[in-house]
Amino acid sequence: MEILVCVRRVPDTSENEIQLNPAGNDIERDDLVYSINEPDNYAVEEALQMVAKAGGNVTVVTVGSDDDEEVLRREMAMGANHGVLLSDEAFDGSDGKGIATVLKAFVQKGHYDLILTGVQAEDGGAQVGGMLAAMLDYPFASLVNSIVVDGGKLKVSREIEGGNKEMNEIDLPCVLSIQTGINEPRYVGMRGIRQVASVKVPTFGASDLGVDASAVGDAGAKVKRMDYFMPALGKGAEMLQGDRQEVIAKLIELMKAKGGLN
Amino acid sequence: MARIFAYIVHKGGIADDSAAELAAAAKKIDAAASPVAVVTGWGAELDAVCETLCGSYAEIWKVANQALVYPNAELVRKALLSVLPNDGIVLVPHAHFGIDLSPGLAIKMNSAFVSDVLGIDGAEGSNLKLVRQEFGGQVSAHVRCDASSGAVLNLRPGAFNPQEGAPINGVIVDKSAEVGALTAGRRYLETVVAEAGDVDITKHAVLVSVGRGIQEKDNIAIAEELADTLGAAVSCSRPVVDAKWLPKSRQVGSSGKTVKPKIYMACGISGSFQHLAGLKGSPFIVAINKNPKAPIFQVADIGIVDDILEFLPELTSRVREMKQVSA
Repeated sequence: MEILVCVRRVPDTSENEIQLNPAGNDIERDDLVYSINEPDNYAVEEALQMVAKAGGNVTVVTVGSDDDEEVLRREMAMGANHGVLLSDEAFDGSDGKGIATVLKAFVQKGHYDLILTGVQAEDGGAQVGGMLAAMLDYPFASLVNSIVVDGGKLKVSREIEGGNKEMNEIDLPCVLSIQTGINEPRYVGMRGIRQVASVKVPTFGASDLGVDASAVGDAGAKVKRMDYFMPALGKGAEMLQGDRQEVIAKLIELMKAKGGLN
Repeated sequence: MARIFAYIVHKGGIADDSAAELAAAAKKIDAAASPVAVVTGWGAELDAVCETLCGSYAEIWKVANQALVYPNAELVRKALLSVLPNDGIVLVPHAHFGIDLSPGLAIKMNSAFVSDVLGIDGAEGSNLKLVRQEFGGQVSAHVRCDASSGAVLNLRPGAFNPQEGAPINGVIVDKSAEVGALTAGRRYLETVVAEAGDVDITKHAVLVSVGRGIQEKDNIAIAEELADTLGAAVSCSRPVVDAKWLPKSRQVGSSGKTVKPKIYMACGISGSFQHLAGLKGSPFIVAINKNPKAPIFQVADIGIVDDILEFLPELTSRVREMKQVSA
């Protein structure tokens, strides 16, 4: 089975405070640590486990710049056979549809039985996989949390409300967006990264892919971010101040008052 | 302004809460709009949903097709493409079905798509000014969406307050004949209901809930000790389940359990909207997080900026001392 996994490099926001820049048109990126988008990493792990059973290859691809090569190498250190960078000034400012258009052109240059994406990126778009499937006229399933190969088809479950699972049969080739928790992604050590440091990562631009530059990037985008701003605060929490012992004393009194402590 | 359509999610003959929210959102795009409810399905359940919508929508488009008895997104997309005008603005709730349906629908309509919209700041010509959140809800953004050739907008559940208005005497328009035979490359098999789990977090008055800030599996014991001392149960947010530190049955959120405790202690939980969607009945929320910008502090009653790995054990020992004195 030939599997393509679409990945993205994103700021690792789980532990970071995000600040706006003075102009308000972007966040402060100087001190941010970037990493692989978390659901994408689960998608790569799933692809690796599938080819370990069924044979085949895993290719990881991203639309971005030279900086994004590091996440391709990280996923190659996990075991992906190939990494491909799709990069061109014409792609800058793409909306979700623009990214999907570039990926579609790349998919059509090769042959893939299965295409995986992460369920969403840090901006919560949850869109590229579904768009790519529609452009290719492939079936699509989102929020996938298990995959079983069944002949020329897959049995996939989707995560729906209340922790329930929706079971589906889906024809190949297809596009699946992978939910976190589907597997336990393997650890990647520095040694693994070093081993793939000199592997060549091919780069394709708009003309290599036959992408019409006016259909992608800023020129083709119907959806554009105008500015960033800090969310309007709700009433906000009453923040307990003081040293830890004082805070604990206040908290215990409050919990008693609310009937949570007798 | 193009016509606005609201895709109605329904189950068992009852429209989802989002039906009224989409109507409210349509008014934010165009105060004069009379949005059309679009309902797909089959049989008596479909008819029942259409009837109830007559009170809140002036026009209801019914699309009955036996293939739509279960809402398979690919089949629904094909049905919608048969009935909707290409320049329509289509509103869909941003939940598991909308995530499945809307990106592909927008491509096939050649329309713009914006996901997880939580505000609409009006329209200038055919440009919609929308509000979204990025970076785990830490930052908001205005987004301009060119809806000149239509738009599909996935709206965050709970973000648009339904408006009280005079009841409408809506009309049901049967569009079923416009839809041909429906087939898809994906077929629904069955729904597997979640397992109950060892502890029923929906039955506890106090929950000590842990998130990514608990850092490793061995630290779950810190929360369990506090919970034991308080007579509470330990629940968690999604990353803890993804890491297999706690079973799925302990997860609070839209893809986990809906809980109604009196007190909810959110420990090292950032507070994503999917997580908060699992909290009902207005619990007293105590948030403890070392990141003072964590979105949880916007919705909590009490906020404490501290490292839970140090704070929780000290809280546990103080509660124990207190209980010994009173015993």
